[in-house]
Amino acid sequence: MPVCSDMLRFLACGSVDDGKSTLIGHLIHLTGNLPDDQLHVLEAESSRIGTTGGALDYSLLLDGLMAEREQGITIDVAYRYFETPRRKFIVADTPGHESYTRNMATGASHCTAALILVDACQGVLPQTRRHVLICALMGIRNLLFAVNKMDQADWDEARFRRIEQECHRMAGAAGLLANSRCDLLAVPVSALQGDNLTALSDRMPWYGGATVLEWLESCTAEEAAADAPFRLPVQYVLKGSNDGRGCQHDGERWPAGCDGRATWRSYAGSVVSGRVRVGDRIVILPSGVETTVERLLIGDRDADSAETGMAVSLVLGGEHDIVRGDCLAHPADRPEQAGLFKVRLVWMDQQPLYAGRRYLFRSVFGTIEARISRIRDRVGLDAYQLLAADRLAQNDIGEVELSLARLFPFDPYSENRETGAFILLDRVSNATVACGMIQHPLRRGSNIHWQREDLTRELRAGLNGQKPCVIWLTGLSGSGKSTLANCLERMLHDMGHHTMLLDGDNVRHGLNRDLGFTEADRIENIRRIGEVAKLMTDAGLIVITAFISPFRADRDMVRALLTDGEFIEVHIATSLEACEARDPKGLYRKARKGEIPNFTGVNAPYEEPLTPELRLDTASRSVRDCAEDIMSLLRQDGFV
Amino acid sequence: MSRVTALTQLENESIRIIREAVAEAERPVMLYSIGKDSSVMLHLALKAFYPLKPPFPLLHVDTTWKFKEMIHFRNETVRRLGLELITHTNPDGLRDGISPLIHGSRLYTDIMKTDALKQALNEHRFDMVFGGARRDEEKSRAKERVFSFRDAGHRWEPRGQRPELWDIPNLRRNRGESFRVFPLSNWTELDVWRYIDQESIPVVPLYFSAERPIVERGGQLIMLDDERLELEPGEQPQLRRIRFRTLGCYPLTAGVESAASSVAEIIAELETVCTSERCGRLIDFDQAGSMEKKKQEGYF
Ligand SMILES: Nc1nc2c(ncn2[C@@H]2O[C@H](COP(=O)(O)OP(=O)(O)OP(=O)(O)O)[C@@H](O)[C@H]2O)c(=O)[nH]1
Ligand SMILES: [Mg+2]
Repeated sequence: MPVCSDMLRFLACGSVDDGKSTLIGHLIHLTGNLPDDQLHVLEAESSRIGTTGGALDYSLLLDGLMAEREQGITIDVAYRYFETPRRKFIVADTPGHESYTRNMATGASHCTAALILVDACQGVLPQTRRHVLICALMGIRNLLFAVNKMDQADWDEARFRRIEQECHRMAGAAGLLANSRCDLLAVPVSALQGDNLTALSDRMPWYGGATVLEWLESCTAEEAAADAPFRLPVQYVLKGSNDGRGCQHDGERWPAGCDGRATWRSYAGSVVSGRVRVGDRIVILPSGVETTVERLLIGDRDADSAETGMAVSLVLGGEHDIVRGDCLAHPADRPEQAGLFKVRLVWMDQQPLYAGRRYLFRSVFGTIEARISRIRDRVGLDAYQLLAADRLAQNDIGEVELSLARLFPFDPYSENRETGAFILLDRVSNATVACGMIQHPLRRGSNIHWQREDLTRELRAGLNGQKPCVIWLTGLSGSGKSTLANCLERMLHDMGHHTMLLDGDNVRHGLNRDLGFTEADRIENIRRIGEVAKLMTDAGLIVITAFISPFRADRDMVRALLTDGEFIEVHIATSLEACEARDPKGLYRKARKGEIPNFTGVNAPYEEPLTPELRLDTASRSVRDCAEDIMSLLRQDGFV
Repeated sequence: MSRVTALTQLENESIRIIREAVAEAERPVMLYSIGKDSSVMLHLALKAFYPLKPPFPLLHVDTTWKFKEMIHFRNETVRRLGLELITHTNPDGLRDGISPLIHGSRLYTDIMKTDALKQALNEHRFDMVFGGARRDEEKSRAKERVFSFRDAGHRWEPRGQRPELWDIPNLRRNRGESFRVFPLSNWTELDVWRYIDQESIPVVPLYFSAERPIVERGGQLIMLDDERLELEPGEQPQLRRIRFRTLGCYPLTAGVESAASSVAEIIAELETVCTSERCGRLIDFDQAGSMEKKKQEGYF
C-alpha cells in the first residue's frame, strides 16, 4: 500500500455515461500530459467515431478496447499515469455499467482517493450508490463528487446544491462521515468543456471552492498502514548452498558477511504494515515460535530497519520451519487467529451465493478451504439499510459468516487493508467469485469446528473391508435412477458390502420435509443430502443416491464436500423422449399441460455432467448390465 | 517516518509481484527482449532473490532481425550475470525466409514473434511468463492486468479478465493455462529512465545519441544495420545524430533525432518532449486495434 505522498492512486467511478472517461482524458490534456502524436490521433478519431459531434471526445483516450469503442462504454479499468509539479498520479478509469462492477472493485481496491461522477441532469443513481458503498467498504476516505454536465444544466447552482446535499447524505449513510480522516468535497464541473477541472470557471461564479486538480494535489495519500503493527507475510523462502552455482556473484560467492556459511536461508516478503528493525523479537504464526531478526536486506543491501511497503528478506536466528504464507509479527502486537468470521462480501459471480457453499479463501497469508455458514444481510442501495437475505446475487453487497478449515491469522479490515482483505475462488472454474473484508471473528463454535474425532473414517471402513464412496446417480425423471440404484445396492449387499441408498422417499419426507421447490430450497435439499452422504462415508459406508439433481453447480458442491475421488458421478443419460414415453408416474403429461411448474426437462433445464465418471443409457440395455458397469468401475478403482 | 519516493515505491511493488509469481509458478520464465524495460525488470529480479540467482531462465525470441548491438549486449549480460538463456527462432519462418521487408510487418510479426513465442512456451511448458510491458505504452495495454490469464492457446480475453483485487492475485490455473506477468505495469517511460539513472543499470548503447547511418523512409528514420535493408530508388544513406526510444526489430523501429547521449540527458529530454514513446514502432499502426488483436493471439 502506498505510503508515498508524492504519488496518489485514485479512481474515477459512478454510473454509466456520467462522464468518467471524459473527465480523466480532459484532465490529462489540461495538465500537459498528452503527447502531440496522441492528440493528433484523438482529433482524427473524434471526428470519425466520437460521440461529441466533432469536438474532442476525450473518452477515446481511455476506452482502448475495440468493443469499448464500438459500444461507447467502458468495460474494463484503464490505468493512466500523469504528473504535475506537485505529484505523480496513477488513475484507474473504471466502468460505470453494472455488469462490470467487478472491474470497478478491482480499481477501487488499489486506491486511496475516488472521483465519483454524478450527472447533473440525472442526479444520484443506484449504481452511483453502489460505487460509493464499495469505496467506503474498501477504506477509501478521500471522495470527490464531481457533479458533471453542468453545461446541460444551465450552470444552475440550485441543482448543484441539491445534488451536493444528497451526496453528503449518502456519504453519511455509508459511514464515511464518522471517520475523522475523511475528506469529502462536491465540485460542479463540465468534463467535456473543462470547467472547474484545473481552473475555476467563470460560467459558475457562485462556486469558489477547490478545482478537481487542486483537490487531487492536496488530499492525503498516506495510509494508516504505516502506524499499524508490523506484519510480514512470508512470500518466498530463499535457500541455497554455498557451492558457487546458485549465487549471483561469481567472484565473491556470498554477500559480504556471510563467508563461512555453508547455506543461505532468508525469508522474503513485503512489510505490509508497520516497521521492523534488526534485533527485533518476532513471532511466527501459526506456529507461535519466537525468534530474532539477525539481518535485514532490502534488495541487495543490508539495512537497519524497513518500513511499510518495503520488499525485504530477513535472516532469522535459529533453525525454524517457516513456509510461504506464515505471518511474521512482533510478539506483543500479533494478529489474532480465528476460524469463523463475520465478513462483508461483494459478490461478483453470475451464480448467486447461497449458504453452505464451499470456496477457496485467499488472503496474503495463503489459500485455504472455506464455507459460507450463514448469510446475514444484504445491503440495500437506497439508504444502505441491512435487509434480510438468503442469498447474494451478482453485484450484491452483504454480510455473511465464513468458516475456514483451520485457524488463520488476520486483522479486521478497518485496521489493516492488507491483512483483513480476501478473495473467494470457485474450486472448479477457478474464477474469483467475491472479494471480502473481515469485520471480526465469531467465537461461537470456533474451536469445535471441523474438529476430528479420534476414530478415523479409515478405521471404520476397514472394519467393513471396503473403501467408502458416494455413487451419485443423476438424470431426468423416469430415466431409471431408482431401479438401477436398487439393483446395484442388492448386488453390493449380496457381496457382503455395507451400503445405504438415499432417494426421494427416505429424504423428502423426513430430513427435508421443511423444504419446498424454490431455488434456495432446491440447493439446500442437495446440500443436506450431500452432508448426510458425507457423514455416511465417514461411517465407512458405500452410499448410493438417486436424485434428478439437474444443476451442475449443486453436484459440484457435493463433489467438493467429499474427499477427492470418493464422488462417483453417474449420468443416467436416457433421452427425454424415452423418459417421456415411459412416464411411469404420469408426471410428464401433467407438466406438459402446465400443471407442474419447474419440471426438469419440460419447463426447467437439466445440465448434463460434463465429465461424469460414468455415462449410461438405460434405453438400450438391461438394468442388470448397467449395474454391472458401475460394479466394474468400483472394482477398477479399488472401492470393492 | 522518512519519505519514500514514488520510484522506491514502484520498485518495491514490482519485487513483490515477481516473488509472488515465482512462488506460485511451476515453470517460470522471463521474456528478455534486451530493451531498457527488460534491463530494469532483470535488475528487479536480481534484487528479489538476492543473494541467490533468480530461479528461472531468460527467454529471448530471436527474430534474426534484431540490431547487432542488441545481440552483443544480450550475450554480454547473460555472461556477466551467469544466467541461463534460452533463445528461440521460429524454424518455419527461418525456412521460408520470412522478412519484414518482403512479407510486411503484420505477417512477419505473426510468424517470427507471436508464433515463435508460443512455440517456445509450449516446448518448455512455461506457466508463469514475465514480460516488461508497461501500461503507459499503448491503450490496450492500459487495460491489462498485472497477472494476465492466458488460455491453453495463449490467448488473451480482454472482455473477461479476472478481477485483480488488492495484492491478492488469483493464480489458479489448469494444465496448459498460464499467466503473463507484468511487474512494470505501473511504470512510465520516465520512471524507467530515472531508475536506470538511480541504479546505474547498463542498457544497449543504441538508446544514446550518436552519428548513425540512416535513410528516411515514410517520414521515419530507419537505421542501416546490415546489408539486408535494400535501398529504394532515390534513397540516400546519410549520417545523423539519432537515438532510439524503443528497440525492436531494426527495419520496424525508427530512430529519433536527438542529442541526448547520457541517461541524465535522456531524462531531461523526456521531461520536455511532446511525442510518445511508441510512435517509432511501426507495427502498432498496421491495422486498427492492432495491439489488442496481436495480444489476443498471444503476442506480448
Ligand atoms: N454535455 C456534456 N456531455 C458530457 C460531459 N461529460 C461527458 N459527456 C458525454 O457523456 C457521454 C459519456 O461519457 P463517458 O466519458 O464515456 O462516460 P463514462 O462515465 O466514462 O461511461 P462508462 O465508463 O461507460 O460508464 C459521452 O458522449 C460524453 O461526451 C459534459 O460535461 N457535458
Ligand atoms: Mg468510461
